[in-house]
Formats: sequence, C-alpha cells, structure tokens
Amino acid sequence: MSLVLEHVTRKVGPLVSIDDISLDLARGTLNVLLGTTLSGKTSLMRLMAGLDQPTAGRVIFNGVDVTRAPVRGRSVAMVYQQFINYPGLSVYENIASPLRVAKLDKAEIDRRVKEAAELLRLGGMLGRLPQELSGGQQQRTAIARALVKRADCVLMDEPLANLDYKLREELREELPRIFAKSGAVFVYATTEPSEALLLGGNTAVLKEGRLVQFGPTAEVYRRPSHIAAADVFSDPPMNHIRAEKSGGMMHFMGQVLSADGVFSRLSDGAFTLAFRAHHLGFAKTSASAIALSGTVAVCEITGSESFVHIEAAPHRFIALARGVRHDAPGARVDAWIDPDDLYAFDAAGRLALAPQHGKG
Amino acid sequence: MARITLSALAHAYRPNPSAPADYAVREATHVWENGGAYALLGPSGCGKTSLLNIISGLVTPTRGRVLFDDQDVTQLPTERRNIAQVFQFPVIYDTMSVRENLAFPLINRGLRGAAVQARVEEIARLLDLSRDLDRKARGLSADSKQKISLGRGLVRPDVAAILFDEPLTVIDPHLKWELRSKLKEIHKTFDTTMIYVTHDQTEALTFADQVVVMLEGEVVQVGTPQALFEAPDHTFVGYFIGSPGMNILPARIENGHAEIGKARLALGRDPVLPPHAKIEIGIRPEFMRPAAPGEAGLEVSCQRVEDIGRHRILRGVCDGQKLAAILPEGAAMPPEVLRMSADAAHIHVYADSRRVR
Amino acid sequence: MDKPFTNKAWLLVLPVFLLVAFNAIVPLMTVVNYSVQDTFGNNQFFWNGIGWFQELLDPKSQLGERFFDALWRNALFSAIILAIEVPLGIAVALAMPKKGWGVAPTLVILALPLLVPWNVVGTTWQVFARSDIGLLGAALNGLGIPYNYTNDVISAWATIIIMDVWHWTSLVALLCYAGVQSIPDAFYQAARIDGASRWAMFSHIELPKMRRVLLIAVLLRFMDSFMIYTEPFVVTGGGPGNATTMLSIDLVKIALGQFDLGKAAAMSIVYNLIILAVCWVFYTVMVQADGRAERERAT
Repeated sequence: MSLVLEHVTRKVGPLVSIDDISLDLARGTLNVLLGTTLSGKTSLMRLMAGLDQPTAGRVIFNGVDVTRAPVRGRSVAMVYQQFINYPGLSVYENIASPLRVAKLDKAEIDRRVKEAAELLRLGGMLGRLPQELSGGQQQRTAIARALVKRADCVLMDEPLANLDYKLREELREELPRIFAKSGAVFVYATTEPSEALLLGGNTAVLKEGRLVQFGPTAEVYRRPSHIAAADVFSDPPMNHIRAEKSGGMMHFMGQVLSADGVFSRLSDGAFTLAFRAHHLGFAKTSASAIALSGTVAVCEITGSESFVHIEAAPHRFIALARGVRHDAPGARVDAWIDPDDLYAFDAAGRLALAPQHGKG
Repeated sequence: MARITLSALAHAYRPNPSAPADYAVREATHVWENGGAYALLGPSGCGKTSLLNIISGLVTPTRGRVLFDDQDVTQLPTERRNIAQVFQFPVIYDTMSVRENLAFPLINRGLRGAAVQARVEEIARLLDLSRDLDRKARGLSADSKQKISLGRGLVRPDVAAILFDEPLTVIDPHLKWELRSKLKEIHKTFDTTMIYVTHDQTEALTFADQVVVMLEGEVVQVGTPQALFEAPDHTFVGYFIGSPGMNILPARIENGHAEIGKARLALGRDPVLPPHAKIEIGIRPEFMRPAAPGEAGLEVSCQRVEDIGRHRILRGVCDGQKLAAILPEGAAMPPEVLRMSADAAHIHVYADSRRVR
Repeated sequence: MDKPFTNKAWLLVLPVFLLVAFNAIVPLMTVVNYSVQDTFGNNQFFWNGIGWFQELLDPKSQLGERFFDALWRNALFSAIILAIEVPLGIAVALAMPKKGWGVAPTLVILALPLLVPWNVVGTTWQVFARSDIGLLGAALNGLGIPYNYTNDVISAWATIIIMDVWHWTSLVALLCYAGVQSIPDAFYQAARIDGASRWAMFSHIELPKMRRVLLIAVLLRFMDSFMIYTEPFVVTGGGPGNATTMLSIDLVKIALGQFDLGKAAAMSIVYNLIILAVCWVFYTVMVQADGRAERERAT
C-alpha cells in the first residue's frame, strides 16, 4: 500500500504551516521526516493521519483519495513523543484495545498481542499497569499498540525524544528490525540527523513547512541538493566559508588560490563552501590541502574524540579530532581541509560541488 | 566561589528507610573543588537530580551534611546558600524585558544604578544577548530564554556555584552545540564551580572536567572524561559512556589470555581474581580491529553495518554475545565472518562488574 | 483541530435553536416593540417612537432622573464589590493548598456559597442581619454599633455588599486558583534563588499567569453585579426609601408595579446595551492582549 501526497498545503489563518509538499511513499519503506522543531513535521503527519485537512492538495492511500476522509476511515496508527497509554488498562489490554474496537475474536486478539509483545520484548510485563513501567517500557507498549493494528501506515512523532540517551540507542537498534517485519509504510519524525542515518530508509528534509529534499538517506546525506538540507542533516553543524571564483582563481578568507582540481568544475560567481567537522584535520594529509588557521575558542572532549572550536574570523569552525586534545583557549592552531572533502553551494543555495569519493 | 563538600550524605524519600534500595541517594562523601566543572551523569532515576537538589537546598537530606567552604549549610534554605540554578525549561519573568530579567537578582540584593547596568551589559555580551536587551523576554526563542536563565545566575558576582538540571532538554540539536560550547567558555572565563546534571553522555563529557557517574543512587565512578572512557571501573560505566557502549563478554582468564568460547585474546598480564566471581572482559568498539594474520582473535559473524556519516558501526555476534566495532568512514563491507582482536592495553577485566587492575 | 464538515450537526441543533427562538428572541422582539409604544399592556398601543428613549436619557426629566440615579447606584455597587472581591479572591486563591489532603475540603467549602439559590441567599441574610433577632444584627447592636438595614442607608448598603462578597468571592478565588495551579514549582524556586520578596513573586510570577483568568473573573462579576436583582430585593426591597433600588428593581417596579410597559421596555433596552458595551470593551482588551503576545513571540 502506498501513501501519496500531492501538492499538499495547509494554512492556519495567515500562517502557512505546510507549503506545497508532494511525497510518494512506497509500502514497506521507512521514511524519516527530518527537520528542526516547527519545521512542519508534526503538521505533515497530522495531515497524513487525517487529524487535519489540507487547505489544498490531495492525500491518496493506495490509489484512493482520502483527503476528506476522517482519521477513522483511514488505516493509520500513531505513536507520540509523550508515552500515551490508557492508564487504567494493563499492558495486555492496552495493546489489545484497537483489536477489541475492531471486534476480532478472542483467539486472534491473544495471538496478535503476544506476537507484538514478543517483538517489543514486553513478554513479562503484560499484566502490569503503565504507571508501574519505566519510560522505555511505556513507549514500547505504545509502539506495540500501534503495530498490532496492522495499519497500512504507521506514524511516529519523535517517539524516542523523551527517553534517556542510552535507552534511545537501544530502541533505535530494535526499530529497523520491527519495521522490516511489518510491511506497512512507516513515517518517523525526528530532529536528530544521527537518528535518520541509523534508521536508514528514505529521508525527507523539511524546513519551515517546505520539502527541501527527499531520497534514500545515504544519498541525501552525501549529496544534499540545497544548503538547507546540508545544514539540517549535520550534527555537529556544517562549517561554512564564503568564497568567490573569478578569473580562474578562488578567493576566500583572504587567501587566493588557483582554481584547479575540484574547483575547476565550478563556474564563476559567489559560493558557500561547506565541509563536515570530521574532515577538518590537524595535519596536512594531501598536497592540495588548504590551510585554515585560527585560535582555539574551546576544546570539548567526548572520551575518544575532541571537538575543537576554532575562531578564524569571520568564521567559526568546529573540528572533530581523534583522540584527546587539551588545546588552551586562545592558542593558535593550524587546520587543514582537503578540497576533495568540500561541498559548494551557489548563491541560490543549490548544490554545485560534492565530494566524489563516496564519503560524506 | 566555593568548595562544596558532601559528608556522609544519604537521602531517602520514604519515611523509614531500611534497605539500600529505599535510598534515592546512597551514602556518599565527595568534595567538589572550587571552580571545577562537574557533571552528574546517569540514567533516569539514578539519583542525580536528588543530589543536585540537596546541594541547592531544595531538599534536606535524611543523613549527612553539606558544607560550602567549611560552613555547614545543610539546614539553610536555598536563597541563603548563594547558588544559582538553571532548570530543564527556561524560567523567565514574562512581564520584564531581558535587561530587567538580568538585573532582577542584583536589584533584590539592593544594588542600583550604573553598577547594575554595567554588570547586566557585560553578561549580555558574554551570552550574545546584547541585541535583545530591551525586548520583552517572553517573545524570545527557547535557547535565548535559557541563556537569560543562565544570565541571572552569572550576574551575581559572588555566586558560590551554578547548578544545571538538564538545561538543554528543550533546545534544538543544532542550537545545543552553541549553548554547550558557550557554557564551557563561560566556565573558563568565570572559574565558578559548576555542577551539571544530565543523562546525555556527550553533554557530560564535553562540559565537565570531572564526571560523576551514578547508578541507582550510588556513585559508581568519578573521573575525567578520558579516564572514564579508557579505564571504566564498572561495567555500567563502560556501557553508559561511549556510543555504542563497551562490549562486555563473559570470559575465563588463564595464562595471560582471556578465553571467550573457543577464542583467545592476549592479555599480557595475569590479574589476581577474586574467587567465585563473575568474570567478564570489556573492549570498547573504538579499539576493536581486524585481527592480524596469525593473530588469535574472536570469530565475529557480521550482521549489519550502520553508516552514521563520520564512521561506520559493525554489529555482529560472537559466541552468542552481541558485539560492536567502529569502522572508519567509507570502509568496505566486511565478510560474513570476520576475525577481530584488540590490543591488550584496551582489554579490561571485570570481576562482579568491577574492574580488576 | 478542525473536523470534516457534516450536516448532521445542524439537525441536532435545530430543536434547541427553535426553543431559544421561542423563549428568547420572540420576547426580545416584543420588548423592542413595546419600547416604541405607550401601553399599559391592555392591548392598546399608542405610537411613541423614540419618545421614551429621549425622556430616559434626559437627566432633567422625571424618568431620566430616576434612571440615572438607579444607574449610578448600580455603578457604585459594582465598583465597590469588584474592589473588594478581586483582591480578596486573589488572596484566598494564593492561600489555598495546592496539593495534599487539604485540597478537596477547601474546594468544597469554597464552592458551597456558589451553590445556594439566590433568593435563599437573600432570605438567609435578611434574617441573619436583622437588628432584633438576627445573629449578626443583634450582635452588632449589642456591641454598641448602630446597625439597622431597614432604616439606615449605610447599614443597608453594607449588608448587601457583604452579602455579595460572601456569595461570590469564591468564584474569583476558584478561577484564580485554577490559573495559579499551572505554575511549575521551578518558577518559585528560581524566584527564591534570585532573592525575590513575596510581593515580587506575586507581581512577577503569579499575577501575569493569572491575568487572563482574572479578566474573565472581573467580566463575570461585573456583569452579574450590574444586573443584580434577587439578593438586594429580598433583603431590603430596595429600601430604605430607594437607597438600594438598583436598576433592575426599579424596572420591575415600573413594569409590574405600574404596568407602564413602554417606559420599562425602553429602560431595559438601554440597560442591556450598557452591559453589552462594557463587555465588548473587556473582550476587545482581552483579544488585543493575546494578539500582542502572539506578535511578540513571532518576531
């Protein structure tokens, strides 16, 4: 079963919350909606579910136009950021509730509930009440309840955001396994790029209600079509340098370099060069590496790696270095970037250059 | 600025605690040095927020004392302890402008006029709030509001310590970067004692000079981010810090080797083990590497490779145990069964979850 | 959240709509009709056009003088009770326990005065305040305070004001309590850490959060007090003389006492319009304040 959105727009008063979005989601796929808060992820999901009506455009489930159909007429299940379970029902009854509404027979209900509980490792807790469970267990109950419906479309709105860091990691590992078995269209909203990368599937990058890019996650990560997609899809944030190409030379940060190698592929004009933190190195590893020098603002140690914040006016860079570094604030530091690792976006923000080596 | 000492401190929320499990904070004695940046790290319910509230005075401990620079403050209420606290969500005075918000603590303490304005402007400059000084505080974004909350703590020149209770909870990921490095810069500028509670290891490790890891009310390990990473004293610390966490495998130690199932790894030492203890070895995924030809190693059947951009994570199974290894960016797909090993220095031995040196 | 459009809703509403039309709109139209006639209700109508309205709004005419006197009394009454009930209600709301075993009993005690039928309230106070056998009245006179609401204007006003305060302060208190409940503890903690005094905590944390609710409370109390009829009528009958004759009481005297329906109809229309105008002002202020807050957040 497929889910298609055609030029969907939603306006609330003067505010445009969704601006002309078209998406084609195939059955059995996991689709991540990636964007900051207020970028339209929740609004879009509500349109898919039928909780809100679009001001313009159509929503089509499996070839059937369901734009005006209320949520009860659509085969949809939804999981929210806040763990929402019926507080008075046991875990078993919570998971069984949509099946009871659908009036399935007892044996079938029992079979499906046990199957979902098994999948989400809730086997030993079927008799407990939600308030007796931990946050992670409550959210797993909510996910089980969404899955057991065998809905054609499962929507998850930042379901792991209220959980501990480690618990999020664990559940994130289990989700792809659960998705693979189900065969429905999964839509998962998140603000964290690393979650999108870990979940795989397809990613739709949203910014201010507009769809910036949609495609296989690895491709959107490696070849963002617009600088907005690159920025949203980076954690730590991408480093930017304003540059200009003219007369066969590249001008940036007071340096003038001959525009050969990767730069030869650019036409003349103003560009924003961008690169990821882990490509900014502290040793010159290739002959064509460009030097970016500055002073250390602060060094953050994460155990095995360090984030070095470098002031190189007017820019501020973040470099991810292997190992532990204790640079003092104010110390001069030399950093190098290999042109092969550079992205370039033109004046309109469109992708002009991307690394070719298959790395991101 | 103050040195904070916790002396035989314990706290239980129930009236008559008997078993250790009744305590939210189990007996702890700890000194937070003057001017240090500390993080309290642990999962939900580990007691870190309770400990923070005891230090700030919002909770009076069942047993033990809290000392600020040798002065016993255990019975003193919050407002007399001269601390500042930043909460999970921004706390600002809606009716006031940013300037008035920042000046509020100073005005309450009787300061007036030019001195107040100078201090407010200095703090606003430090927090990049100078542009918004005369705007109404309630119209700003969440991260600016958190900065105002922080600013109200910084503006008091004699504050003993600043306490943070998961302050980045409502902040967007890309703004978290700015705010985190800003906190670090502030710490370097002001040299105030700062205590930061979080369940996020990245926040804890990047912010703190010393991290206090807690589990179920107990302090499990205190150390620098590097020490916690390279030599975790407890398997929980190994698991909780690092993404993914440390690989923990049951093993037998014999003749300077660790035996996991049929595989052997060289240890280069013969640790003395307590009898009848559960013996495990821990190796961080960052230190797992393909075994050199002829080197003994673990047979890992590879199940999948996750690409997270800056590196790849190999997930596999060895002898029925889950295992993870970090592969560099762009690494080729490994074969179905790969032999992996690690340097002896990075293999730690644990007896009953505690490290054996 | 907007629901899909269906026509079923109209069918469900139709019976109520008809009922309301019959009970409210039709009589309203009758009143408007009467207000432009001169009639004593015996089916004889003499067209008077805007005559009653002119007379009413002319303070020098007999009708006009009577109208403005009553209007003035109403305004004074509303002003006094608002000045007492709003601060008192806020104080009570702040003093009420927010959690624990005390919450339920406190809420019940506060709700009790609101549940008493209005003429029972009037009758209770009428007896309670009697200077001969009433507990309050006799006690006051016993203490040497000259108190008699039947022949002393000040006593009469004091009685109806205190009765209204007893009756309605709970409403303000409960509304403010609901508004204050939503303030998370962290705000109080942060204020204490900032060294704020109790008054500062009130004006900077509690009052702003209560503002919306307070506006509603003030609106409700103003409307009800300006329209007040039952309680003062039962206690003082509008006396002594016409010291406590509120507009509504006067209207009833003219309409049902003298059967001068044309005048009464005109008076009631003007009365209604005054209340509508004040409510409209309140509403506009509320909406504007909200709009300003929205705009500030967006910029």
